[in-house]
This record gives sequence, structure tokens and C-alpha cells, in this order.
Amino acid sequence: MNPGLVMYEDEFRQISGICDRLTRDANAKVVFLVDKNGQLIAASGQAQNLDTTSLASLTAGNVAAMGGLAKLIGEKEFPNQFHEGEHESLHMSIVGGRVVLVVIFDAKSSLGLVRLRVKKAGEELGRVFEALSQKQAAPGAQSPFAEITDDDIDNLFSG
Amino acid sequence: MSFINYSSREINCKIVYYGPGLCGKTTNLQYVYAKTAPEAKGKMISLATETERTLFFDFLPLSLGEIRGFKTRFHLYTVPGQVFYDASRKLILKGVDGVVFVADSQIERMEANLESVENLRVNLAEQGYDLNRIPYVVQYNKRDLPNVATVEELHRLINPRSVPEYQAVAPTGVGVFDTLKAVAKLVLTELKRGG
Repeated sequence: MNPGLVMYEDEFRQISGICDRLTRDANAKVVFLVDKNGQLIAASGQAQNLDTTSLASLTAGNVAAMGGLAKLIGEKEFPNQFHEGEHESLHMSIVGGRVVLVVIFDAKSSLGLVRLRVKKAGEELGRVFEALSQKQAAPGAQSPFAEITDDDIDNLFSG
Repeated sequence: MSFINYSSREINCKIVYYGPGLCGKTTNLQYVYAKTAPEAKGKMISLATETERTLFFDFLPLSLGEIRGFKTRFHLYTVPGQVFYDASRKLILKGVDGVVFVADSQIERMEANLESVENLRVNLAEQGYDLNRIPYVVQYNKRDLPNVATVEELHRLINPRSVPEYQAVAPTGVGVFDTLKAVAKLVLTELKRGG
């Protein structure tokens, strides 16, 4: 089985920093980063009123469906997607083949600006995730859950 | 594929409910949603057709409590059961940590059950998973209907690996949480082993 994604404090700070900067630089309302399997990794901007868990799951579903369509027409994937709404628009781009960077913006920004800033942020994020996967694959990196006992698991379900 | 976040002290896992069309996958999630305290659940999303058949997936995020300071969150998904939605089913299995197979106990649905198990095996293999190794439980649903096969028969046909199995009547909740707990436990045990 594929190893799961593990996020550490240092990398999380770097990722949050990149997302915060992207929110400002792109004049975005919200920026969030989602694992391709639908897990929310980071959110920045006016995310407090949004159901980010649902957003993450639907983003992953959308990217997966578009990836399936891409393969049907002989493409590897569609690395960038743009959905234009009446007031708000949504830009998604795949970073490092593993995560999806989502930017929600309105008339205060533009697609051109978002694309420009996303490109730079995507490169930075790609480097962080590369380092993260190396850290996880490093010899001696044991399962972070290894110290948990069977009793711990049983206790979770005893209530 | 689990996601362990040291920063927010969270562990997230993905469980997929699989099975033939109209076997009760969505009903399982609806019951879990209805009976879970508001603070332990997120919004349930159903991407369904106008006739309430699952089109892409149902999604329900759940919090199960803490293990050693880590919040455990489970994302429950269903697949569309109808045969022609196979492309969508494959996508939903991406990154799965545990699978529940919901079988329709009615005798006339036995062939559909077997076809669906085989489809699960093939689609998992395409994603690099082995049905014989992944955390997996089986639910025999619709036990309240008159024309059901015996549990022994279902076991022999659908569960030769003898994974944990539960009888269920999903609309009234019989067996629903037992099934969920069993798969969640297997997923956590697998994580502990470093899977």
C-alpha cells in the first residue's frame, strides 16, 4: 500500500506561509491546499465561513474526474482548471502531482494575476512537498502511529 | 491513504462503502449521519441523480475521538453502485484506507453481489491495492426482507477470506455502527503497523 501523507510542524509553517502570501499577492479571497485524496492540508484567507472539509472532498472529486477525462483523450492530466462564476471564480492547479492548490477570487483580482501568482507559489510548494516525501522515505522514519497500543484503539470504540 | 498532521494533531483516514446498485451504501451513511452528534460530524454531501441514485459519491466526515492527543477523523465515501458508473468507482477508491462491502442479502441479487466484489477486486488492483490485504469488512444488508439468502450461504459466496462480517438493516440502523467500528478499527490497526 502507498504510505500516507505525513505533515510536520516545520513544513506546515512553510506551506501556510506560501498560501498566506499567495492570498495577498493574488488578491484572492481564499486559498486552500488539498491532498488529491480529498484531505484538507492548509487554508488561508477568508476560509472561516467556508465548509473547507466539503470543499476539499469535492475538489479532489473534481480533479479526479477531470484526470479521468484527460486520460480518455490521451492527456496525462489537466494541471490547471478555471471555473468562472457570476461573482466568484475558482482556479485549481495540481502541484507536484500530489496536491491541489485552489484559489477562490472575485472581481478584485483577475485570472491573469491568479495564474501568474499560482505558478510561483506552486513551484515553492512543490519543493516543500518534495522535501516532505524525502523526509518520510528516509531510513529510520518509522510509522508515527507505531507507539499506539491495541488498548488505545479499543478505548476509542468503548464509548 | 491516511493523512497524519502533526501540526494540527489530526489523523485522517478514508473509508469507502462498495457494493451493487441499491444495496444500501447511501442508507448506511444516512443512518450514521442521523445518529451522530453534531459536533462529531461535518456536512453530508450526496452527488446524486434526480431519482436519488448516487451519481458520483456520497461523502460524510466524522470525528471518532482522540488517540494519544491525535484527533481521529474518518472520511466516509460511497461509490455509485450501478454497473455503468465504473469509471467513477475507480476514482473514489484512490487513497482508500479501508473498504466496507455492502451486500444485498436478497437471493435475486446474489449475482450482482458477486459481480460487484469482483469489480472491487479489479478496481483496487488498478490502484495498487490488494483486496486480500486491505482493511476490509462485509455487511449483509436487508436482513429484514423475506427472500434473503442464509448468512452461511452469503459467507461462502462473498466472504471466503472470513473478514469481519455483520448482518444489517440499514434504514433502522441494525449493524450499521458495528460495521463502521469494525472497519475503523482495522484501519487504525493497519496504521499502527505502519501500513
